[in-house]
Amino acid sequence: MIKIEVQDICLGYSRKEVLKGVTFQVMPGEMVGLIGPNGCGKSTIIRALTRIISPYRGRILLDGKDIASIPRQELARMLGVVPQMPLLPSAFTAFEVVLMGRNPHLGLFDHESQRELDIVWYAMERTMTQHLARRRVGELSGGEIQCLLIARVLTQETKAILMDEPTANLDIGRQVEILNLIKNLCRENNLAVLAALHDLNLASQYCGRLVLINNGRVHAQGTPSEVITNRNIKEVYGAESCVYTHPANGLPAVLVNPGNGRASNLRKVMERDEV
Amino acid sequence: MPSKPDLSRQTPPTHLVRWQSRIYAIVGLSILLIVIAALATTVGSVKIPFLTTCQVLISKLPFYYATPVWPSGVETIILEIRLPRVILAGLVGAALATAGATYQGLFRNPLADPYLIGVAQGASLGAVIGFLLPTTWHGMGVGVVPLFAFVGAIVSTAIVYGLARVGKTLPVTTLILAGVALGALLGSIVSYLIISSGEKMHGIIFWLMGSFSLSQWTDVKLVLPYVVVGIAVILLYARPLNVMQLDEEQAQQLGINVERLKLVLLAAATLITAAAVSFVGTIGFVGIIIPHAVRLVWGADHRFLLPLSVLSGAIFLILADLIARTAQAPTEIPIGVITAICGAPFFLYLLRRRKKVIF
Repeated sequence: MIKIEVQDICLGYSRKEVLKGVTFQVMPGEMVGLIGPNGCGKSTIIRALTRIISPYRGRILLDGKDIASIPRQELARMLGVVPQMPLLPSAFTAFEVVLMGRNPHLGLFDHESQRELDIVWYAMERTMTQHLARRRVGELSGGEIQCLLIARVLTQETKAILMDEPTANLDIGRQVEILNLIKNLCRENNLAVLAALHDLNLASQYCGRLVLINNGRVHAQGTPSEVITNRNIKEVYGAESCVYTHPANGLPAVLVNPGNGRASNLRKVMERDEV
Repeated sequence: MPSKPDLSRQTPPTHLVRWQSRIYAIVGLSILLIVIAALATTVGSVKIPFLTTCQVLISKLPFYYATPVWPSGVETIILEIRLPRVILAGLVGAALATAGATYQGLFRNPLADPYLIGVAQGASLGAVIGFLLPTTWHGMGVGVVPLFAFVGAIVSTAIVYGLARVGKTLPVTTLILAGVALGALLGSIVSYLIISSGEKMHGIIFWLMGSFSLSQWTDVKLVLPYVVVGIAVILLYARPLNVMQLDEEQAQQLGINVERLKLVLLAAATLITAAAVSFVGTIGFVGIIIPHAVRLVWGADHRFLLPLSVLSGAIFLILADLIARTAQAPTEIPIGVITAICGAPFFLYLLRRRKKVIF
């Protein structure tokens, strides 16, 4: 079991400061959603957590250890990543790409044994991608690739998983399938999961806790009901919205409001129909 | 998490990894290499029967004794003239093809070849200076030309590497651009030196196009360790090189120390290219075409692409050299001419036959 602790990190690219003191935690068995407007620093947090860029202040602890002191290969055995729209070598087959997830577990003189192949095949079954195994990744759709990337992170067998927009290219059915899968894995294996999500409704439904980032700072964090409020959405996104409670489970659900002054009308309609 | 799956029913179909057919390819090409090498030793201006060649070669294997039933002149031709030449051609072909595959993989660029980052121009400049020096110095079996060519190749690559480095990282695009720019600079110096070289011009141009006509055992002994060690290191890094095909960020997230990998592979590939080029000249085409041909036939997985490139490169260059010395005997055709004339149509044929994504 691994706990992710982000402690007051500040970092930036060349001149621009992107994160200005961000602090949050992800506990084992917990799925935390990272939400916020475009360019607020969600992806930067994920890159910092995998040591692609280093903060100039603050630190990130994984299992109590500063990630700056963990060798890359060991880090990749603790922390897996589902990147957003990554470059994949189009001539490789889907199976070969998923097999790359075993790399952190293999030394220079090792080769993939039957065990690695079995792990890959099992991960592909769980993500419903076995039928793609022989296809070249250049021929696959965005949604199929997203599922492959999740299969790859499963073969990494890490105790913590980061995801950058895991549902970005998926239709609504696949979104639910994939998030259910991740949620189950998280619960069954006590994984610490941090997912950057654009869709506030999905974040609300699937994440136990949300961290709302704005301008490189944590604007709010807590349960979905605490974070997804009309006020926060107005302040962070600058958008008029209506936050309702989901009829099935009481979690907040967001409807956008296209024009000015219609929010109250919409609310009246919703209340009348007792949705 | 698939840590404790019920693996009994989870066995993937073995054809998925296509390992078996590729292992057959490695074995098959190894046998073909030996046959071609023996064949190339047989063919030449003096006719020697294939059987006699085989007998002579086998008699030299350790733990085997045979009474010679052939004239000693035949043995000299085979062992002292043809065999070192064939072996050197094989080594150089293997080195250039492997270095090409490595650069293409490392830079994720199908146009990369072993000469992309200044090796060839550095070697050429060194060699030309060696030609123009008023000395015929020899030390430890190395003439001044190969020595200068080797030093030139290493120094120019080191300069490119130093120019392209940004802090602790080495951006691949910067490396390629620095290589192309320095290559152009050195190339123009070479051109200037050639036109002002007077009667030495013919020798220089012949060297630049590549030739095995002066091959000796001492050359083989000097090239062999570099090529063997360099190729061994590269083969060891085949799986990380596969992961590098994603992109650098993903490779890091999958546990690869990207900067160290780049340094090790660049050093190994540059070293084997420099060693190969310094004795026989800058032979073109092998390093870019052989890896692509292998990719077209057997796929892009470096664990097979690299060893298959080693074998195919060796076979290709032995055959090319055979043609170079026999097609117009007794005159020799520069081998760089042969590699392009024979290689390009074959490659274009492969390219048309398999219209699929190869890179």
